[in-house]
Amino acid sequence: MIYKGKAHKVGEHVDTDAIIPARFLVTADPEKLGENCMAGLEPDWVSRVNKGDILVAGRNFGCGSSREHAPLAILGAGMPVVVGHSFARIFYRNAFNMGLPLMEVGDAMDAINDGDEIEIDTATGRIRDLTNGAEIVCPPLPESMSKILESGGLVGYVKQRLEEK
Amino acid sequence: MPRTLAQKILQRHTDEPVEDGAIVQCRVSMVLANDITGPLAIKSFRGMGAERVFDRDRIALVMDHFTPQKDIDSANQVLISRRFAEEQQITHYYEGGNCGVEHTLLPELGLVNPGDLVIGADSHTCTYGGIGAFATGMGSTDIAAAMALGETWLKVPSTIRVEYAGEMSRWMRAKDLMLLLIGRIGVDGALYKALEFGGPVIAALGVEGRLTMANMAIEAGAKVGLFPVDAVTLSWCAERGHTVAPDIRDGLAADPDAKYDQVLHMDVTGLEPVVACPHLPSNVMPVSEVKDVPIQQVVIGSCTNGRISDMRDAAEILRGRKVDKKVRCIVLPSTPEVWKACLAEGLMEVFMDAGCIVGPCTCGPCLGGHMGILGNGEAAVTTTNRNFKGRMGTLDSQLYLASPIVAAASAVAGKVAGPREIGL
Repeated sequence: MIYKGKAHKVGEHVDTDAIIPARFLVTADPEKLGENCMAGLEPDWVSRVNKGDILVAGRNFGCGSSREHAPLAILGAGMPVVVGHSFARIFYRNAFNMGLPLMEVGDAMDAINDGDEIEIDTATGRIRDLTNGAEIVCPPLPESMSKILESGGLVGYVKQRLEEK
Repeated sequence: MPRTLAQKILQRHTDEPVEDGAIVQCRVSMVLANDITGPLAIKSFRGMGAERVFDRDRIALVMDHFTPQKDIDSANQVLISRRFAEEQQITHYYEGGNCGVEHTLLPELGLVNPGDLVIGADSHTCTYGGIGAFATGMGSTDIAAAMALGETWLKVPSTIRVEYAGEMSRWMRAKDLMLLLIGRIGVDGALYKALEFGGPVIAALGVEGRLTMANMAIEAGAKVGLFPVDAVTLSWCAERGHTVAPDIRDGLAADPDAKYDQVLHMDVTGLEPVVACPHLPSNVMPVSEVKDVPIQQVVIGSCTNGRISDMRDAAEILRGRKVDKKVRCIVLPSTPEVWKACLAEGLMEVFMDAGCIVGPCTCGPCLGGHMGILGNGEAAVTTTNRNFKGRMGTLDSQLYLASPIVAAASAVAGKVAGPREIGL
């Protein structure tokens, strides 16, 4: 998949309470969750996002709770992929399970500036900053994650397995 | 080959060779979800085309986060889990008077046991590492898959071993030991890894203190925080009448020559209680160094510190003293059993005489759900596990994480304070 959109940068250790505060966890609807995406970071943060924009995150993104509502809120806000320095482990699993690909790039993320136009090819792992010309190559996805993404997320993956049984 | 505790426990649940970094398919002993994460898991379960859960006795649904139902949406959310539990005849469904904070409740009831592999749709599932269970949090859809298949995939984590030695001072508790570690290695210091605890201080620590420490492994980014199954664990299980699998009846520990990523030594001699200051659990400093921070709320409870030993600690400080008039001190014993024990031991009287608010068994304020929310500019000392910005209320509120000893002393002092500051 190729994604192209405006980069929205957030800092280090952005936790799941920042991504979607617990008081909004009374629904599982991605659109509704998306309306409050990053409300724990800054009120109305999400108003800057246009559909197709890309989240660029600092170290340990998604730390904290196991709420799957966090990747759902990001997807619901219209951001289809996240580039990050590193990700907390429960968030990492959840994102792929929900069909939200994550690109773990370490310090290379510094090359991307807030507001830049970026292009991502998840198949090759190539990330290009179209505004400043920087290019980042992300290590390939673990096989287990690729399998899940190929099935359209974990729901599809398990469905296949249950049908085989 | 010598093995870590994580490797040994995982091997009990898979036929594939367990080596660090390998991805192994494991059978699960217990699968957990709560009122927030359950409905999403059920939605995914249906989406997978699953019709029956793999084993109705190995699933626990605990409606603890917004209990008692705080509003219409949360009440309706519980209905989804309740109906699923009825339809699937789930044995371990908790709502109402039998409900408690999940991670206190499950070990108390013997639903998780030493050597088990437990996954839960709650990040503090790692609590059960305190009794030597490999337990880790996952999202709802991973939980749905395990509910359907009875299996999950896990990447075998490499391990950081942490050895605690020295003499604990009078008011130091397990919470302090864990906050000191998180302060040292940071909130991603054990990212994707297992923490394994050992050393003379750990050998002498009771099961409840171990559960407190394992609970916060996730606050260092870890997948699990594991304690050995030793004489302390085994006698706790025996006293409670819980079964221990035959192969670990004599205990379970890492091999002496096991290979670790890192071995950390923590000397606790001469240390005093600590607090984690806003807005990260790693922002740790001795309580005496936090000067003149007035507070408006104290919370004593949660899956971290809502057990009977925590209630006894709080009562020891509060007995014969008064909570400062400007502070609301909220005490939430985390299960009905703990609540009744407080009553039987006269602790409820101590709390009420001191001017505390004693509430039901709920996660409530820990995640800013209900029953103790912070307003603009308010600060709290809390025995919970996360002090992220806005976690308990408004974005400009401030949270200090501490043990029940420090929380109770702060309630009396009206500011962030340890026992010494109130003359103890």
